[in-house]
Amino acid sequence: MTFVRKMLSRLGRASIDSIWKLGEASVFMGRVVSRSSIILRRPSLLVAEIHFAGVLSLVIIIVSGLFVGLVLGLQGYETLKRYGSTGAVGTLVALSLVRELGPVVSALLFASRAGSAITAKIGIMKTTEQLSAMEMMAVDPHARVVAPMFWGGFISMPLLAAIFSAMGIVGGYLITVVVIGVDSGAFWSQMQTSVDFHHDILNGVIKSVVFGTAVSAIAVYEGYASVPTAEGVSRAVTRTVVTSALAVLALDFVLTAFMFTGAH
Amino acid sequence: MREPTDLIQFSSVNFAYGQSTIFRNLDVGFAAGKVTAIMGGSGSGKTTILKLIGGQARPQQGEVICEASAVNKMTHRELFAYRKRIGMLFQFGALFTDLNVFENVAFPLREQASLPETAVRDLVLMKLHAVGLRGASRLMPAELSGGMARRVALARAIALDPSLMLYDEPFTGLDPISTAITGNLIRTLNDALGITSIFVTHDIKASFKVADEVVLLSRGSVTARGKPSDLLESNDPLVRQFVNGEVDGPVPFHVSSKPYREDLGLEHVRG
Repeated sequence: MTFVRKMLSRLGRASIDSIWKLGEASVFMGRVVSRSSIILRRPSLLVAEIHFAGVLSLVIIIVSGLFVGLVLGLQGYETLKRYGSTGAVGTLVALSLVRELGPVVSALLFASRAGSAITAKIGIMKTTEQLSAMEMMAVDPHARVVAPMFWGGFISMPLLAAIFSAMGIVGGYLITVVVIGVDSGAFWSQMQTSVDFHHDILNGVIKSVVFGTAVSAIAVYEGYASVPTAEGVSRAVTRTVVTSALAVLALDFVLTAFMFTGAH
Repeated sequence: MREPTDLIQFSSVNFAYGQSTIFRNLDVGFAAGKVTAIMGGSGSGKTTILKLIGGQARPQQGEVICEASAVNKMTHRELFAYRKRIGMLFQFGALFTDLNVFENVAFPLREQASLPETAVRDLVLMKLHAVGLRGASRLMPAELSGGMARRVALARAIALDPSLMLYDEPFTGLDPISTAITGNLIRTLNDALGITSIFVTHDIKASFKVADEVVLLSRGSVTARGKPSDLLESNDPLVRQFVNGEVDGPVPFHVSSKPYREDLGLEHVRG
């Protein structure tokens, strides 16, 4: 009986803590968004953060996109060969990328590369009292530091997802058309007729915007709420990567359920 | 413990971090135009006093008053306007690691004042000259020694010509030369700019040389207050223990615990 009571008490405490944390995060993000006019007044701050979150993530996005495309091309070709429709491999690669893999994999990579860096940067600024120093200089860190980082991630993520998908298609083309010898015309024309701008590409863009918002918000919040010690920052970085990954996968399921079931 | 001429007044301040009480009914004032040293053992709430003055922490009860305004009741906007008149030197400088020395000192000027670039440049060089580091303006914080970083942070803290300077452990981790330089800067800046300075420290020698007045904190309240010479001559056992750095005294060496024999399981053993 005592064991059950303890378990229930632990579960209750964990639930209350989670709701409390969600409330705190919402208040924090409300504060950040309401003080975001700084990025319009001083666009250089936003550009610097797009460089930090986006440009510095380009290498991993391009290389990963290329390899994912190569693998998709190979796998797709091997499967489609059985049905004699290898020309459709372009469609398979493109749809897989723009609908799912582009937004999801680039969001996971973005969380690992840029999300962790954002959390670590804010966490270290907190640990070394740089945020407190800013506050004491009457400069609001929510506006000066956090808002440009959040919007930098928000803008970078869809662009990175688009680059990932484009590189994946290049990878698929290289392996199936250049290496294996699938007809180039069939590859591109089937892709062109099968991929719908609204249904496939736009929905993929919506996904990447949602993932970018989630990952950026998690990264800035975890950094700002981190315990100001070496261990605290390290835990916050881990939480950013794990929470972002779970959030992206869960959101992907919900969005896919709304977008791609029913009409088509 | 308060005077009408005090710039900052703490009135019946209660403050706790969670369950841990730091101040109970603290009444203390800090004189305008003077250099005041706040001293006390670790955990006595020295840095918390600076946080309460700067509005980074708010008391659970009581008021922190600066020039007739209650800091703890200020709105976000009022607090930021108030902070423009305060300079704060953090324990390890808190320099922005992605900006060089020049940009660190220029930061408050760029953020708070719309000055032409030539004026920013002149002001930054003047502030760096005041701390003896004009020649280091292009260095990054990682290239500075602890003492130099502290001086750059000081130049940044005085960039907007504050009327109140707060120093958090300004002598910690400094060699004797850097300690003397920092102490001298605190004194000189206070007198030259006609400001009020408050610093917290453990360093008896350096602080007694610089301060006009010393406030000694212990167990959540002010134990002693006076000129450095008054504290040196004090017969109060706690003041004597602190000033002379005695191992045991009113602040015991051992943290309160069960009897030693009981902890070792020897309570039934004779002898």
